[in-house]
Amino acid sequence: MSAPAIEFDYSLLGKNAKLAEEKGLASADWYASPIPRKRLKELMQRRNGPAIRDTLLWFTLLALTGFLAYHFWGTWWCIPFFIAYGVLYGTASDSRWHECGHRTAFKTTWMNDVIYEIASFMVIRESTSWRWSHTRHHTDTIIVGRDPEIAVPRPPDLVGVALAFFIVKSGPKEFKRVARHCLGSLTPEEKLYVPESEWPRIFLVARIWALIYAGIIAWSIAIHSILPLMFIGLPSFYGAWLMVVFGLTQHAGLAENVLDHRLNSRTIYMNPVFRFLYWNMNYHVEHHMFPMVPNYNLPALHAELKDDMPRPYRGIIETYREIIPTLIRQRKEPTYFVRRELPPTAKTAANDPGYAHARPAEPL
Amino acid sequence: MSHLPNETWVKACEIGDIEPEDVIRFDHEGRTFAIYRTSDDKYYATDGLCTHEKVHLAKGFVMDHIIECPKHNGRFDFTTGKAQGAPACVNLATYAVRINGTQVMLRVS
Repeated sequence: MSAPAIEFDYSLLGKNAKLAEEKGLASADWYASPIPRKRLKELMQRRNGPAIRDTLLWFTLLALTGFLAYHFWGTWWCIPFFIAYGVLYGTASDSRWHECGHRTAFKTTWMNDVIYEIASFMVIRESTSWRWSHTRHHTDTIIVGRDPEIAVPRPPDLVGVALAFFIVKSGPKEFKRVARHCLGSLTPEEKLYVPESEWPRIFLVARIWALIYAGIIAWSIAIHSILPLMFIGLPSFYGAWLMVVFGLTQHAGLAENVLDHRLNSRTIYMNPVFRFLYWNMNYHVEHHMFPMVPNYNLPALHAELKDDMPRPYRGIIETYREIIPTLIRQRKEPTYFVRRELPPTAKTAANDPGYAHARPAEPL
Repeated sequence: MSHLPNETWVKACEIGDIEPEDVIRFDHEGRTFAIYRTSDDKYYATDGLCTHEKVHLAKGFVMDHIIECPKHNGRFDFTTGKAQGAPACVNLATYAVRINGTQVMLRVS
């Protein structure tokens, strides 16, 4: 007798949403590596200095590359400057969106909120609905039917993954969502995770965005040139490729439906330039386990926890040597996933069924 | 300090049980609380669970008069219980605290 077909339903309103609740995977207790409270408190301390420095550098680089791209407009020399501008706009904004969304980057709340709004616009993620989506991602990380931010559902759509490098699918989808919000409407899934008290803010921000985009498009039409859109709007697309290179490393190909971030997230070592662009989100297991620790303290947190963690990846290339074959294999064998190996020194009771990593990581 | 006859005070902890600018958990008769100590040695108490996702605040982070939830970074002013913005949208209940010698006393009703 053949095994029953597995339903890969990632909808938050589908069968797996209910199953996740029944199996105790929704809003569950997650494994946290042991760390003395005193040390964790030190690592949770917020400072404005690092984020102000990085933000000034970010805006300066945007202005510099933007000026040079403008200066060389009409010649081939503008291309490298638009590539750099695009990465600073469409890639670096992702990590600023993320850290300021958690309000951990700056000590001062309003600074987090201002950069969050700017970065949300740059990365085309409507600020309020995505704040709530990301909240759910932290509650139910890679739990099928619960997490709205599973980047590569199984079986993987490899063409879709390829198109994601220039947000060809997700960009227009977001614009459609903004248009819907402008009209005062939310998707049924958004209504699940965004409280009603927050809806007016979503509609307001969407209308402000629509005005900005209308202004930029009108300007481009008026001067018969795409140039204004090359600086605002299009960089979210042509500059997104490195964001996707970084972002796919977080969870792609790893276990679903486990309650242990060591098994469904990756920590990768990166060079200082990438870490500036990515704001240390490469320490992703540590971030998920202790989201109160600001990005500039994640390397120190990693040093504290590494004996309890799987081996970190030595870089982007090593990571993609794992991800690419895994996604190809998952096309034909969607139940396959990468099993992260915990070190023998891991301070967990592996045989205790109460621990998530002992759970079978199977589709629901 | 005078007390109303129907008030119930219980010992939550010793004053030294909480580090300055920190929080601990206190459970009593099926209820759970978070007890705070500020950097200038004032004590406060709120419901233990975040109003957003029911995560215990005792594992959270205290900054001045703010407690940050360990799971989603929702923030509350623990002196008033006021939620400080998404994802914390519903205020926390607060409870009176007094110091009796070396004991932190909590008014549970």
